[in-house]
Amino acid sequence: MRRVVITGLGAVTPLGNDVGTFWNALLAGTSGANLITKFDTTLFKTKFACELKNFDPLTYIEKKEVSRLDPSAIYAIAAGTQAVEDSGILSSFNPDRVGVLWSSGIGGILTFQQEITNFATGNGTPRFNPFFIPKMIPDISAGHISMKYGFRGPNFAPVAACASSTIAIADAFMYIKYGRIDACVAGGSEAAITEGGIGGFNAMKALSERNDDYLTASRPFDATRDGFVMGEGGCGLILEELEHALKRGAKIYCEIVGAGLTADAHHLTAPHPEGLGAYNVMKNAIEEAGLSVNQIEYVNVHGTSTPLGDIAELKAIKQLFGDAAYNLNISSTKSQTGHLLGAAGAIEAIACIKSVQEDIIPPTINFTTPDENIDQKLNLTLNKVEKRIVNAALSNTFGFGGHNASAVFKKYTG
Amino acid sequence: MSTTNIAEKVTQIIVDKLGCDEAQVKPEASFTTDLGADSLDIVELVMEFENQFEMSIPDDKAEQIQTVGDAISFIEQAHKA
Repeated sequence: MRRVVITGLGAVTPLGNDVGTFWNALLAGTSGANLITKFDTTLFKTKFACELKNFDPLTYIEKKEVSRLDPSAIYAIAAGTQAVEDSGILSSFNPDRVGVLWSSGIGGILTFQQEITNFATGNGTPRFNPFFIPKMIPDISAGHISMKYGFRGPNFAPVAACASSTIAIADAFMYIKYGRIDACVAGGSEAAITEGGIGGFNAMKALSERNDDYLTASRPFDATRDGFVMGEGGCGLILEELEHALKRGAKIYCEIVGAGLTADAHHLTAPHPEGLGAYNVMKNAIEEAGLSVNQIEYVNVHGTSTPLGDIAELKAIKQLFGDAAYNLNISSTKSQTGHLLGAAGAIEAIACIKSVQEDIIPPTINFTTPDENIDQKLNLTLNKVEKRIVNAALSNTFGFGGHNASAVFKKYTG
Repeated sequence: MSTTNIAEKVTQIIVDKLGCDEAQVKPEASFTTDLGADSLDIVELVMEFENQFEMSIPDDKAEQIQTVGDAISFIEQAHKA
């Protein structure tokens, strides 16, 4: 069976607009939260989020393109461009055998909101911008990246809410493993810090409303957690068949060895109380990797800082790993980045990949108060980094609708 | 609005929307062959003319606007009417 390695990374995130800046901030335990600058939040329950800082679209696209792209697509082009350039794959590739699988949980929600607002406040005449639809649809980012580089392999957007970009990575892995393509740009981007995005998630009671202490609001596993903090950005990976990468002398970050996809089949938004889907998805991914549970050192959890979700996921980890659960480092990097929805899988994959590469675990920050429903013997990597050899890391993401996706990254050792 | 002002404003809109050089925006320049516009660009341009000049351009008239000069004369005519 063909093996698949990671040869390129790209990231525009609330902690920095390139992979190095993001990773250093993550190890330093930095809160990416800020008061929302994108719109007037006076009437909104939640007034903060993790926005990009000092991101300039003109670094990646021409001025006339800015108004024709939703921010979710601009972040995709930025992160995709970084990943492609980092990989050096343009020096040697067959364009028909390179795919782009790029996710977004929602797609162009800002564009949708603007166009519908214009229509609704007009006289009923349907004057929609001709770029409305191609700006809004969630698959358009994959299209843009393919057009920029001429990648003519499989091209689409897996959509599964907050599990979306893990599925993009899992599908890319599968397509390469089974020989359909040699390489794939896989990732996700999201730009849902808009009136509709914040107001909509507020209505579900999903978001933290800790406006008076927003820097520490994303506090997974803490007894006082009150919901997730919205993040935005884009992250991408280059997955490449091992021999293809070796032949061109590519830099190899690590190997991707397993992935899993399952459903809870339980509830619209609540996780299965025993974490059934989460248990199954981690089990599937680790089995495909050919590893036993005690060969995993790090689990980057979905851990969104919601009361129910964090507990269900830890239950599933304890059930699957048994005693080995106590040897794991577990952390939720959403404590720092916020929740990037459809880009969560990709940003957390990068955290796992860098962790495997550098043997260091990024922390779960903002923890002060133990939750009596959480086993305190678990090592949740609270508040500061831990150095340890990381041979393999597991990334979990779960989405509304009961979608679960996991991926396993392992040191490449020849 | 004077004829010169209309031409200047049309030129500015075209430069903004198509991202081309002002020097390229000559009356005989075709939106598609000279200025690189595709069908969506042209729809957007026409909508912007409608907004900026507070007028309505029916689809059958919009289809006849192929060059910068076509756009300027159509808008001038409409303003005289």
